[in-house]
Amino acid sequence: MATVSPSTGATTPAEATRTGRFGPYGGQFVPETLMPALAELIDAYDVARHDPAFTATYDTLARDFIGRPTPLYHATKLTAHAGGAQVYFKREDLAHTGAHKINNALGQGLLARRMGKDRIIAETGAGQHGVATATVCAMLGLECIVYMGEEDVHRQAPNVFRMKLLGAEVRPVKSGSRTLKDAINEAIRDWVTNVNETFYIIGSVVGPHPYPTMVRDFQSVIGRETREQSLAQIGRLPDAVIACVGGGSNAMGIFHPFHDDPSVRLIGVEAGGDGVSTGRHAAPLSAGRPGVLHGALSYLMQDGDGQVIETHSISAGLDYPGVGPEHSWYKDSGRATYVAVDDASALAGFELLCQTEGIIPALETAHAIAYAAEYAASRPSSEIIVVNCSGRGDKDLSTVATRLGVTL
Amino acid sequence: MNKQPAQHQSRIGATLARHREAGTMALVGWQTIGFPTIESSRTLVPALIDGGFDLIELGVPFSDPQADGTTIQRASFEALRQGATLSIALDTVRTLRSDGVTAPLIFMSYYNPILSRGLERFAIDASAAGVDGLIVPDLPAEESDDLIDALDRVGIDTIFLVAPTTPEPRLRAIAARARGFIYCVSLTGVTGARQELPTDLPEYLARVRSFTNLPLAVGFGVSRPEHVASLRGIADAAIVASAIIDRMEHTRPETHVQELRSFAKSLRNAADGVS
Repeated sequence: MATVSPSTGATTPAEATRTGRFGPYGGQFVPETLMPALAELIDAYDVARHDPAFTATYDTLARDFIGRPTPLYHATKLTAHAGGAQVYFKREDLAHTGAHKINNALGQGLLARRMGKDRIIAETGAGQHGVATATVCAMLGLECIVYMGEEDVHRQAPNVFRMKLLGAEVRPVKSGSRTLKDAINEAIRDWVTNVNETFYIIGSVVGPHPYPTMVRDFQSVIGRETREQSLAQIGRLPDAVIACVGGGSNAMGIFHPFHDDPSVRLIGVEAGGDGVSTGRHAAPLSAGRPGVLHGALSYLMQDGDGQVIETHSISAGLDYPGVGPEHSWYKDSGRATYVAVDDASALAGFELLCQTEGIIPALETAHAIAYAAEYAASRPSSEIIVVNCSGRGDKDLSTVATRLGVTL
Repeated sequence: MNKQPAQHQSRIGATLARHREAGTMALVGWQTIGFPTIESSRTLVPALIDGGFDLIELGVPFSDPQADGTTIQRASFEALRQGATLSIALDTVRTLRSDGVTAPLIFMSYYNPILSRGLERFAIDASAAGVDGLIVPDLPAEESDDLIDALDRVGIDTIFLVAPTTPEPRLRAIAARARGFIYCVSLTGVTGARQELPTDLPEYLARVRSFTNLPLAVGFGVSRPEHVASLRGIADAAIVASAIIDRMEHTRPETHVQELRSFAKSLRNAADGVS
């Protein structure tokens, strides 16, 4: 950085990759201590992503370790149930560790190893990113520390145990609301303290530049496969792509390769909690306003004084007051539409998928399923809808049982 | 590019210049607005000044203080519980000024409360209340143009931090837009009292010094008289924050005025080389 110049907004995804600005959103709002580390990461990632050896290693492990490509599955029973458009699932729940998170964890893990950083930190909400990161670290021989809100440690106990089995250290975070947002705060503090030897594997398309673009790039494998599979299996592009949005990595991963296909409607589903009108939700794109949290300007749930407010969702992975800056840009530009599905509807979507298709989805994914069923019912049978089935629901069984009044 | 105003001599600049001319070191103290109560800074800020602090940093509490260690985090969360906000921080400054406090008062706020209020509106309100400077720990130089413009128009110093990790090209760029003083973060880490300061501080401060004539103030971990004494001759000011909150947490509220005044005196003596 020879001179400091004001950040300017990008107008295309390619330009955003360089500047870290999606329209007005994004940026690098972090302590000065981290700025050189971000510059180092930008350079290292830029070299790596143009290095055929790096991409070949990633592609091989994506195939042999993650199990890619994941299938595009025609959900005929759910389609019949909805009685409208054809519903397809992109089966990220079949990826190793049971969710899309591994796509990004593998990419960043390989980058960390390439940069010679052998101490990995990560945050996790539902535990899926923590498990994915712990898995990649075990495979690559890297030290792994995962910050997890104390509340999430309790509601996602199976994933805590999985991380420990994989050799990771799980550090419960007791500050603030003791959920994902506080886990990120604590991970940032760790990074500030140990920046020279530590690589922070952020799990969503959030955080300071280059994370939102880097995570999007690693997750874009979902959308690229979906696009190819759609053309090969159906003979055309889908009419709509639907995904749940917390930080928004599974959604951006499947949306991004369709950005320049204007016929493909992109729909993000936020967590409506008790209902957006109650204020007890986790839907910043539906009911927030732009603000700065965790290194980026984006839609944010905040009060009139600029304090971040507590979120509410049945799903730990969506229980986050912010959202990736590229989603804010998609919202303002109208490229994507964002809706909210409340806890009760998500639970109904969860049960619907179990019973119609024999798939137990993650509670995060259940939000997208619930909206997709409703949306499909309103569209003609000639239309194609792809839902990102972003994760499996084993981790959520105790939460669902409690909600249904069942004692396990 | 925001060049420094040519003849800018703020209250912060004047205070630090006076110390430089006298060959003494200035002390920057700390209060978190709203900790332990909304009213407490009205008596504790004067106690700190009375004991020997020259400038006071006022922490505006934020829900997500990512650059702060556990001490300031606790104070910040308690302050929010007490109902402290940016508006209340502005009220506090107005009250202190009407009580006759003339020392430079500097806000430390994360960016979102400022952004939420609006940069222009914040600048006007802060200037009217009597705020002299603003430190935003999550706003690096690259993102600061709009804020600097707004604060320059009302004569409030935008104060930047540099860290041990900051490379020379960045030091040059930060120095070019810094006002008031340069906040030199002593160590690679978050705020909080430490047993010892890093041993390579002299080399680090000399590196920063080679890029600026602005006063250098050292903070993060500076918590004991011997830390302050060790900064004599290499820094223009020592910033003590978490150690003040630690004192308050370990003593009863009714003794805070006395505790902080005597702590300030011990640091003042260390700064002056009086044993």
